[in-house]
Amino acid sequence: MKEKIQDLRNAAIAELKNISNLSSLEEYRVKYLGKKGELTKILRGMGGLSKEERPIVGKLVNEVREELETRIETMKTELNNKAKNKKLKEEKIDVTLPGNKVNFGHRHPLMKVLEELEDVFLKMGFEIVEGPEVETVYNNFDALNSPDNHPSRDKSDTFYITEDILLRTHTSPVQIRTMKEKNPPFKIVSAGRTFRFDDVDDTHSPMFHQLEGLVIDKNITMANLKHTIDMFIKELFGEEMKTRFRPHYFPFTEPSAEVDVSCLSCKGEGCPDCHGTGWSMELLGCGMVHPEVLKNCGLDPDEYSGFAFGLGVDRIAMVKYGINNIRLLFENDMRFLNQF
Amino acid sequence: MLIPVKWLKDYVNIEGIETRELADKLTMSGSHVDSIDKIDKGVENVVVGKIEEITPHPNADKLVITKINIGEETIQIVTGAKNINEEDYVPVALVGAKLPNGMKIKKGKLRGEVSNGMLCSAGELGIKEDLISKELKDGIYILDEEYPLGKDIKSVLGLKGEVIDFEITPNRPDCLSIVGMARETAATLGKELKVPNVKLNNEVDEITDIINKLEVLNSKLCRRYYTKVVKNINVEKSPLWMRRRLIESNVRPINNIVDITNYVMLELGQPIHAFDLDKIVNNTITVRNAEKGEKMTTLDGVERELDTDMLVIADAESPIAIAGVMGGEDSEVTENTKSILIESANFDGRNVRLTSRKLGLRTEASAKFEKDLDPNISELACLRVCQLIEEIGAGEVVKGNIDIYENKSNIREIKLRPKKVNSLLGVELSVDYIIDTLNRLELESKEIDDKILVKVPTFRNDIQMETDLVEEIGRIYGFHNIQSAPLIGSLTKGGKSRNREIQDYIKYSLTGMGLNEITTYSFISPKAYDSINLHEESLKRRNVEIMNPLGEDYSVMRSTLIPNMLDVLSRNYKHGVEKAWAYEIGNSFIPKSIPVNTLPHEIKALTIGMYGETNFFNLKGILDKLFIELGIKGFEYIVEENHDTFHPGRCANILYGNHVLGTIGEIHPDVLGNYGMKERVYITELDLDIISFLTNLERKYSELPKYPSMTRDIAIVVDEDILVKQIEDIIKDNGGKLVEEINLFDIYQGEQIENGKKSVAYSIVYRSLEKTLTDEEVSKVHDKVVEKLTSELKAELRK
Repeated sequence: MKEKIQDLRNAAIAELKNISNLSSLEEYRVKYLGKKGELTKILRGMGGLSKEERPIVGKLVNEVREELETRIETMKTELNNKAKNKKLKEEKIDVTLPGNKVNFGHRHPLMKVLEELEDVFLKMGFEIVEGPEVETVYNNFDALNSPDNHPSRDKSDTFYITEDILLRTHTSPVQIRTMKEKNPPFKIVSAGRTFRFDDVDDTHSPMFHQLEGLVIDKNITMANLKHTIDMFIKELFGEEMKTRFRPHYFPFTEPSAEVDVSCLSCKGEGCPDCHGTGWSMELLGCGMVHPEVLKNCGLDPDEYSGFAFGLGVDRIAMVKYGINNIRLLFENDMRFLNQF
Repeated sequence: MLIPVKWLKDYVNIEGIETRELADKLTMSGSHVDSIDKIDKGVENVVVGKIEEITPHPNADKLVITKINIGEETIQIVTGAKNINEEDYVPVALVGAKLPNGMKIKKGKLRGEVSNGMLCSAGELGIKEDLISKELKDGIYILDEEYPLGKDIKSVLGLKGEVIDFEITPNRPDCLSIVGMARETAATLGKELKVPNVKLNNEVDEITDIINKLEVLNSKLCRRYYTKVVKNINVEKSPLWMRRRLIESNVRPINNIVDITNYVMLELGQPIHAFDLDKIVNNTITVRNAEKGEKMTTLDGVERELDTDMLVIADAESPIAIAGVMGGEDSEVTENTKSILIESANFDGRNVRLTSRKLGLRTEASAKFEKDLDPNISELACLRVCQLIEEIGAGEVVKGNIDIYENKSNIREIKLRPKKVNSLLGVELSVDYIIDTLNRLELESKEIDDKILVKVPTFRNDIQMETDLVEEIGRIYGFHNIQSAPLIGSLTKGGKSRNREIQDYIKYSLTGMGLNEITTYSFISPKAYDSINLHEESLKRRNVEIMNPLGEDYSVMRSTLIPNMLDVLSRNYKHGVEKAWAYEIGNSFIPKSIPVNTLPHEIKALTIGMYGETNFFNLKGILDKLFIELGIKGFEYIVEENHDTFHPGRCANILYGNHVLGTIGEIHPDVLGNYGMKERVYITELDLDIISFLTNLERKYSELPKYPSMTRDIAIVVDEDILVKQIEDIIKDNGGKLVEEINLFDIYQGEQIENGKKSVAYSIVYRSLEKTLTDEEVSKVHDKVVEKLTSELKAELRK
């Protein structure tokens, strides 16, 4: 009996070596260890054995069974690993193939710059307000102290809808609207479209963009104006940038100044872009709000003072992105827009 | 305004100050320097030479060989010049000379003959050709005098020093003169101003014996008319020093009389006109408005038609000058002129500007008058002209003047509070400093009580009130010397309006979905409405029109952004761009009344346009996602078959309750044809104001489901005209709260499906928030849905 068991064991072990996949391994397990398997058969046939022999044979059968189970388990792990490795190998991809296309759009460079400018002032505690593109002559000129015979009022300079209604030539009417609607103190900026009677060429467009700022309170001084502009310029272009306030003339501010900023190309060293002066000229216009303007808006110039400033967004966008033709901004070629 | 520094030095002592430094200081006190030009433009090693001999060139017909005496030696130069003669004095560029155009002269041979230099034209010396006489324009600059041979041409022609070009702001016409800038210079540098001293020595006769009548009929447009007469005129070339100064100031010398009037205009800022008195009919002058249809030929030889708004100077018969713009050809000073009438007048700036614009004729004089000059300089300027005529012996000045000056301009007095100066500028200046500064500007000031009384001379018409004086002090003190100070006290909270926040959110969402932002003009062509097939009666054709557009293409304010979007898409298409996905947020303009007499409604619109790698449902998917992100639920797409811009079978209005949010569709092939496009285009235009109103960006957490869902698939066959919306409405209405999701997963027409029918398949997800649903509970609801679909849509269940 023992020999029979031993033979069975040897045969089983020999057979195992030839097994190469999981399904034949299962068949193999059933053949030896299944309910009707060879080893089970031997156990069943133990009824014919003596009392003494039974435990010995039983033990032997169990030992063989355990051994085979262990071997099967080992074989199974091996075969599993083999299959897994084979699959992994088969699943190899060319990781240098291009990625799937994902759509992502681009902001218009002008709007991007406009929002950047607004954000700088937001951080400085300014409120962002808006005004209409079609304005009254009163808000655009009269209330801003623009002289009656000022050339900018001519039909060759300004687009008119009627004698009293026009396309705003600057964002300054927003100042008038704010001063009339709100009570000081306030700090506002307003950016948007503005219009002037200019034919389209490389540097001119009948529609362009401005950003306007206004601060009104008691005891506001030119020193405050300088500080605000300095902070803005440093925030926008970098700490190393300097400003230069040159006296100038605007009807709606007194005193008025134009602000030059360190040349954006050479940061003040002097280069062909700035004709060696080290300055980017006339980046910004500003001044203390004219007392007549305050009065026009119902504010007493002896009680309140304030400053206003304005700058051309298109020019800053062009300098910032190195765009040399203003037409590109309004043509909206996707190949242009995709660069931003 | 061109200011030769040498000329400036006549009136203010600026010896020892570098021109660069002077320019910087004046820039910082308000006279912005545009550029500084060297008068010699870099000319080097060019000397006076005399042509001793001209002989033909043996090997070239067009060249000649000259022998030039340059003092110490005689050199040979080969030239192609035509206008030279023996004995002429000419500028000679020697070997090693440098010229403004970058040319360097080298020793050389021309067709085998040695040439040791070059004879120069005025242009080659950097002298503007339109500033020299016509004869010399196209050839060598023949010098007008026998200057010492070999002498540096720069010293002979006065090509020395620098010219500063100032940008003068429109409020400061007083700075449009040498004396005006000398005054600024004196104030800025704290120097003394030397005003020209005018005195006439040998006046003869009496003006009233010569002039019969002089009258001003429109004293509003002619504030002052000051005249003197000069007789025994000898018209010739003006002296070299005067011609040099004119050339340096970019004015062409003509003859002594005209040159003197120009010289004084540059010096004092007052335009002067000299009439040939013998051409003035009846020696009568009337300043009046032109008559209707009146014509006059101006100095430039052009016949001008005048209108009744224009002011003219007329003799007994006809106009002899257009006031403040240009004189007439008939009364021009010529070589034969014997006596002249000198006009030093003051005309209304606005009228001069309008006249000059209407005639398309802008002159040095009109540019000055436009700015409204000070009437009180007229007399000084006229006398200065007479003085110069006397000095150079060009004629005899007649005694007396005729001066018509009704409403005199007087000195203005303004009270200034020193406190105001300091509080506006943010500085602490002493009363003494303030008074001193004002006095430097010829604003005579003295302290009275706690105020400063300032007398403003008439040439400073820009100073009307206290603040104007604050500016004067500020700019002389220097804005750059004001210590900047942070804003305090007025701490306000920054922020954006809700609408702007929503707008920004939309822009970033759309950008994330692959759309490019575009920006287009607010004005369009009215023809664009035809291009988009807009119905004749469409309200969108009620335009806000521009009175004075740049042309039809930019003549009406857009009532829709669709034409601009189509322009952009078609431009990209024509450039061969394969795919364009774009959006614009901008205003559309709707008049409140026709004709427009109040500000129109400005409605914010969002327009999305796409072609390439897209279809209707791609655009719709973008909108669906956008609305969900904006927290807008329950919007519907309602079939629209009558919007002529869109494909009648592929267009929908987007509704939210009663609100129309906008329209979406494929562009009608006819419209595409109008824009030259063959690619299908999808556009939506939305009313952003309503969308902003409906937007809800607030989010609240809702509990995650605890119980499992159960999914039932259903496939039905219905008439092909049934909209999926109808099917979904029935599912929603009958499924009640248990329906969590309805997912359309298949639409099929073809084999196995009867003609005119379609198969639609959904997977419906049922879930309860309270418990795990049983099969029976779901079946109960699902069967009801199926039953309603069958009864209401005659749907057949596919098994």
